[in-house]
Amino acid sequence: MKKRIINLTVNNRPGVLNRITNLFSKRNYNIESITVGHSEQEGVSRITCVVNVDNDRIIEQITKQLNKQIDVLKVTDITDQAIVARELALVKVLATPSIRSEIYSLIEPFRASIIDVGKDSLVIQITGDPDKIDAFIELVRPYGIKELARTGTTAFLRGTQRLPSQAKNISIL
Amino acid sequence: MLHETAFTSGNTKAESKPMSGAELLLRALIEENVEVIFGYPGGAVLPLYDEIYDADIAHVLPRHEQGGIHAAEGYARITGKPGVVIVTSGPGATNIVTGLTDAMMDSLPLVVFTGQVATNVIGTDAFQEADIMGITTPITKYNYQVRNIEDIPRIVKEAFYIAQSGRPGPVLIDLPKNIVTGKAQVSEDVEIHLPGYQPTTKPNYLQIRKLTEAVSRAKKPVILAGAGILHAKATEELKQYAEMQRIPVVHTLLGLGGFPADHELFVGMAGMHGCYAANMALNEADLLINIGARFDDRLTGNLDKFAPNAIVAHVDIDPAEIGKNVPTKIPVVADAKEALKELIAQKGEQPQTEEWLATIQTWKRDYPYTYEDDGSLLKPQKVIEMLYEKTNGEAIVVTDVGQHQMWAAQYYKFKNPHRWVTSGGLGTMGFGLPASIGASIADRDATVLCITGDGSFQMCSQELAVVKELNLPVKIIILNNTALGMVRQWQELFYEKRYSHSKIPVQPSFEKLAEAYGIQGYTVSDAEEADRVLTEALSHREPVLIDFRIDPEENVFPMVAPGKGLSEMAGVKKR
Repeated sequence: MKKRIINLTVNNRPGVLNRITNLFSKRNYNIESITVGHSEQEGVSRITCVVNVDNDRIIEQITKQLNKQIDVLKVTDITDQAIVARELALVKVLATPSIRSEIYSLIEPFRASIIDVGKDSLVIQITGDPDKIDAFIELVRPYGIKELARTGTTAFLRGTQRLPSQAKNISIL
Repeated sequence: MLHETAFTSGNTKAESKPMSGAELLLRALIEENVEVIFGYPGGAVLPLYDEIYDADIAHVLPRHEQGGIHAAEGYARITGKPGVVIVTSGPGATNIVTGLTDAMMDSLPLVVFTGQVATNVIGTDAFQEADIMGITTPITKYNYQVRNIEDIPRIVKEAFYIAQSGRPGPVLIDLPKNIVTGKAQVSEDVEIHLPGYQPTTKPNYLQIRKLTEAVSRAKKPVILAGAGILHAKATEELKQYAEMQRIPVVHTLLGLGGFPADHELFVGMAGMHGCYAANMALNEADLLINIGARFDDRLTGNLDKFAPNAIVAHVDIDPAEIGKNVPTKIPVVADAKEALKELIAQKGEQPQTEEWLATIQTWKRDYPYTYEDDGSLLKPQKVIEMLYEKTNGEAIVVTDVGQHQMWAAQYYKFKNPHRWVTSGGLGTMGFGLPASIGASIADRDATVLCITGDGSFQMCSQELAVVKELNLPVKIIILNNTALGMVRQWQELFYEKRYSHSKIPVQPSFEKLAEAYGIQGYTVSDAEEADRVLTEALSHREPVLIDFRIDPEENVFPMVAPGKGLSEMAGVKKR
C-alpha cells in the first residue's frame, strides 16, 4: 500500500464534497483523510485527500475520475514533489499535577503547546507532518490518552520545485 | 413566499416583467428545442404542469415514472438529443433511479426534472420529500438543486450542455416547489459558467501519429467499435477509415449499427455471446484499436486472457476509461469523429492485411451463429431471422434484457446506425417496452420491433396503454419460454440444473392482455404460423403484440463462461 496525496481545487457549491466522497466509495478507493477549506480564490475550495493505493494504475484512475467531476477545477498528485504537508492534532492526556512537568518536557522538542489545563488532564495541540504527529502520540500514549482528534493532512506545493519539469500535473490529456 | 420579496417587491423599472419559475423553465425548454416531455404530474410539480397545460411542447404520460425515463432513453438513443423527463418529488423521483443509472452506464443524454418540497421544509421529512440530490449523485453526470429562481435559465442551459457534450449522460435538476411558483426578473442573456468542465474533443497530434505508425506496421489489426461511434455520429468516418486501411471491424453490443453488418470488413459482435470470428479476431490481433468502447467485462471476458498479443490503442472522449480495465499503449482522448477524421487525414501506409482478412473470412464462414431446428418447437433464433428478413434489416429494434436480447443482437443484422436500442451496462429488465415508445416518438416513420421476453415484459407492461393511446407502430415480440431464460440458462450450466425461482409457468394470456388495452394480440407456436402472423403484423402501422411460444430449453450460444477468455467459447459449432 502506497500513500498518495492529492490536491484538488473545486467550485464551492452545495453537494461538491458529497460528490467527491461518493466517488471514493463508489469506486472502492481507500481514503485515509480528507480536508476541505476555502482557498485563496473566492468561491473555490481546496481539498487535500490522502489515499492508500496498491499500484499506480489506481492512483491514475482516482485522479482521472476526480477530474471528470464537473465541479473539480484541478487535480494534482503532489506526493512526489516538494510540498509542505501539515496536520493538526489535539490530544487530551491524563496528567495529574505531579507529572505535568514531565509532560511539558516532552512537548517542547515537538514544539507542541498546551492549550487547556484541567484538574487531571492537559490538552496538547501539535502541528506538523503526519509522521511527527504519529511519533508524538506514541510518546504520550503511556500517560493515557483520554481523547484524540486529528484533522488529516492538508498540503500544497512549495514555492520552489527542485526540478520543475518533473512536476506531475494530471489533467485531461 | 421566500423569493418573491427579494426580486419583485415594487420593482417596475425594468422592461421585462417578472416571470414565475415555471414560466422560466418552459421558456428554457423551448429555447433548447425540446419536442417532447416524458412526464408524470404530482403535488410538487403541479405549478409546473399548470404551465405545461398551455405550452407548445408535446407531453407523453407514461403509466409509471420508470416507463417515462426509459422512454426518454429510447428517444435519446435514436435522436442523440437529450430525453426530457419531469416527475414529482418523493416517489416520483425515486421511481426514476433505475433509468438514471441505466442512462449513466450507457452514456445517454437526459435532462430530468424532479419536483421537491419547498425550500423551507427541506430536511423536515415533509410529505413526499426524498433526498434526491443525495440519492442521484453517483448515478448522474451532474445534478442541481435550484436555490434561486433567477438561476433557472442558466441551470437549464448548462444541464443540456453537460448532458450532450463530452461523454453524454443524465443531468438532474431538483425543483423546490416555491422556486417553481415564485417570481423573478431575469436578464435575457444567459451564459453558462462551467470552468471545471472542458471535454477534450480534438485528438493529440502525436498520439494520432503513433497510432498511424502502429497501424502501418500491424499484420493483424482490428477495430473494436463501441457506442462512442454512434454518440459521435462517426459511422461514415469509421467506414471510410476501415476501408482505406483495410482493417476489420468488431462491434460491442451497444455499438451495433455503427458499421454495416453486410460489409466485407465487418466481423461481428464480440463478447460473452459474440460470434466466434469476432472473439477470435480480438484474441489473435496484434493491434487492437478500440474506438468508443469501454472494455466492459461482458466484452473482454477474463482480462488476463484478453487480447494477449495486441498492442492496445484506445480512442475515448472520457480519459478515465482509458487504461481503466486494459493497459493501453496508445491513448487518444478525443471525440470518435474528430479522431477518425485525423486518422484519415494522416493517409498512413496501408498495412498488409489480406492474409488476416482471409483468416477472418474463414472463421466467419465456418463458425457462424447456429442453432438446431428439427421443426418440432419454435426456435427464437428463427423468429429473429424472420423479423430481419421481413423488415429488410431496417426496423428500429428495441430489446429488454436476457436471452431474447442476445438472440436479437446475434441474428438481426444492422445495416444502419441508430436503429438499435438496448440496455447494455446496467442490463435493465423492463427497459424494452417503454424504450420502444420513446424510439417510436423519435422516428415516427420507422417500424419499431420491441423484442422482449416473458419475464422482462411483465416488468413494465403497463406502458401498453401509451402504445395504444399514441397508436405507435410498435410490434411487440415476446419470446416466451415461460422462464427467466438467462437465469435458467446459467442455472442449467453452472448450478446443476437447480432452477431456483427462474421458471414462471403461470402467466397471463399476453394476447388477451394486449386486447384488454385495445391492441391486437396473437399467440404463435410454430414457424409456419409465425411467418403468416409476422407478415400480417408488419403490413400495417398499428401496434401489435405477438406471444411466441418458443422452445423453453433453448440456450444462447456461443458463450464465454465467467472467468474464461474470449478464445474459450463454449457451444461453437463448425458448419
